[in-house]
Amino acid sequence: MPNTQHAIELLRFNTCGSVDDGKSTLIGRLLYDSKSLMEDQVEALEKSADITGGGQINLANLTDGLRAEREQGITIDVAYRYFATPKRKFIVADTPGHVQYTRNMVTGASTANLSIVLVDARQGVIEQTRRHTFIAAMLGIPHLVIAINKMDLVAWSEERFQEIRDEIEDFLPKLDVFRDVKFIPISALNGDNVVDVSKHTPWYPGPTLLAHLETVHIASDWNLNAFRFPVQWVNRPNNPTDQALHDFRGLSGQIASGIVRKGQQVAVLPGCIKTTIKDIWTYDGSLAEAFCPQSVTICLEHDIDISRGDMIVGLEQLPGMSSELHARICWMSIRSLQAGKKYLLKYGAQTVQAVVTQVEGRINMDTLDLEAGPTEFRANDIGVIRLKTAKPIIYDGYTTNRLTGSFIMIEQGTNATVAAGMLFPPTEAVKPEYTDFAI
Amino acid sequence: MSSYHLDHLQYLETEAIHIMREVAGEFERPALLFSGGKDSICLLRLAEKAFRPADIPMPFLNVETGHEFPELISFRDSRAKELGAKLIVRTVDEAIAKGHAMPAPGEVSRNKLQIPVLLGAIEEFQFDCAIGGARRDEEKARAKERFFSFRDSFGQWDPKAQRPEIWNLYNARVNPGENMRVFPLSNWTEMDVWQYIRREHLAVPTIYFSHERDCFRRGGQWLPVPPPHTDSTKPDPYAGARPKPSEPIKKMVVRVRTIADMISTGMIESPADSVDDIIGEVAAARVTERGTRADDKASEAAMEDRKKAGYF
Repeated sequence: MPNTQHAIELLRFNTCGSVDDGKSTLIGRLLYDSKSLMEDQVEALEKSADITGGGQINLANLTDGLRAEREQGITIDVAYRYFATPKRKFIVADTPGHVQYTRNMVTGASTANLSIVLVDARQGVIEQTRRHTFIAAMLGIPHLVIAINKMDLVAWSEERFQEIRDEIEDFLPKLDVFRDVKFIPISALNGDNVVDVSKHTPWYPGPTLLAHLETVHIASDWNLNAFRFPVQWVNRPNNPTDQALHDFRGLSGQIASGIVRKGQQVAVLPGCIKTTIKDIWTYDGSLAEAFCPQSVTICLEHDIDISRGDMIVGLEQLPGMSSELHARICWMSIRSLQAGKKYLLKYGAQTVQAVVTQVEGRINMDTLDLEAGPTEFRANDIGVIRLKTAKPIIYDGYTTNRLTGSFIMIEQGTNATVAAGMLFPPTEAVKPEYTDFAI
Repeated sequence: MSSYHLDHLQYLETEAIHIMREVAGEFERPALLFSGGKDSICLLRLAEKAFRPADIPMPFLNVETGHEFPELISFRDSRAKELGAKLIVRTVDEAIAKGHAMPAPGEVSRNKLQIPVLLGAIEEFQFDCAIGGARRDEEKARAKERFFSFRDSFGQWDPKAQRPEIWNLYNARVNPGENMRVFPLSNWTEMDVWQYIRREHLAVPTIYFSHERDCFRRGGQWLPVPPPHTDSTKPDPYAGARPKPSEPIKKMVVRVRTIADMISTGMIESPADSVDDIIGEVAAARVTERGTRADDKASEAAMEDRKKAGYF
């Protein structure tokens, strides 16, 4: 085969910053300088430059995809971009900076390995910077880049760079821990330290933004600890002619964390039934073991009544099981959240009814402190609530497991997604009184 | 690098399988849009991986403009048969005959006419979800669309009122009459699609490979010369899409990079006659895939407008 087949990793990142910090320009610059743009895209860019830009190419036009945005010169929704270098493939979520669009940042960042927070070197740290850094930390994004942009407009001042860095490092300890934080001085407009090393920053010894994106260690970003398998779909061929298929009963899903092996003992929750993995079936053949985030179909030793929404877990490090939940949420609806109101809660492959029993407090974005007192949340508020669900849910703390510690809230009737929730760790793990198996 | 590690294609695959299974778990009457094109060929393999050894729990649906490449239709039919799936085909011609679709005077392309046909099929079969092969890297409006893209009871997409999509928790709830379009390949690029076709040894219609064909130049593109008009009792379906005397016909060695129908697919000059060659060509390409689609060149916001009206 003429093309190299070595494994290429995929890095997902998002950009955030306030309006005019140059997010779209930065992504445009990454695409342009890494030669990921095609001729017709450059041509369309030049065409729109002639019409609206007075002849100057506007790199932001590459990502501002909708007509409404181009007319207003703002980004109104998350846009996804794709590019590749010989070292890695990238999925970029361009998330807007307007205060009313925090929900888009949460959307774009929830699946990211890395977040880039842009800071305008002239303005320094503003509420948006704190908000975006806080959200990235809250979402448990493993890697953070603070890109201090428009350095050309502060004469490439090392002191200014250091000043901003100090201010951010001051509030970082207040946040959930990042594994790694990098500060990079750039000019997205001129391309300095984005793809090519800048001549203006001899005082900066670190990598360019792209070099960092290409090399940051992401292999351990997936959680390989405790085995969690939310059952998505029960696979029953019910084939009347083929005996093997007639008896086949598989449980299909995506491994949310950990590793599973054939012959391993597992528990099925919420039924608390102990059984053994008979087979890990895939279209490409049976596997001896499988790991997060593979999608597989698990066959169990015993024919247990299992349905969508149940969870198969390893016997070590059991999850919590409760109908009383304690969570941090980001509220995303224009209709405010109120204590006592009922919502649907979707987590894993399960949807249950839930009522908000208490609004504990709201994060003050200036101080990043949790302030008690509010009785409701408005759009883009982040705070802490208590919930009661119609039946117990099986979960982990969000900080140990992004996929089994998260939920969304859905408004009944409109079906709008109104909140993203991150659960605090369960106060105790489920203490199963196992039935070995029951038919 | 640990051995518990997925490369980029395996990652995209597991993400797409998860989405397919969410569709099966959440919807009562889903359908899978299958045209026979390269993206939907990948969708079918992902459906096999998501649902085997059981049957794929949804029928396939295709909307024909009436201007299809014959190679595509025969490929579509044989692949559906091979997989034992039910294939539903609805056509623009039928819809025009029934008065459900009205061609705009002078408009040759039937691209927009697919909208009422698709919405008609969704209503006829009460589909609450249709899985499509669209990718975000294709076009700027697509780049902003969700995996689970909500459509109101008129089939409309409202880009400003999209449901936020967080983690892998997809809100799949719809009220009666509303429906969802789901795009498992959202995060795939053209390159990923071809690399997946190679890895999975998937067959594709022959028009993707280099062949000889009569073409003519129009709007900066090489368009295929339509088949001759034989049935003189009916109006020529390709009227307006035939070369004018000022547009000389040239025999060329070409292939398609993306397939719409004959009227809106530009041919590219290419000697690529294997998947490996095509991957080499995509790697070296200097124009985007949709740069060869006449339907997207109409205006900068062409796709945005069609999507808002209920397009795929």
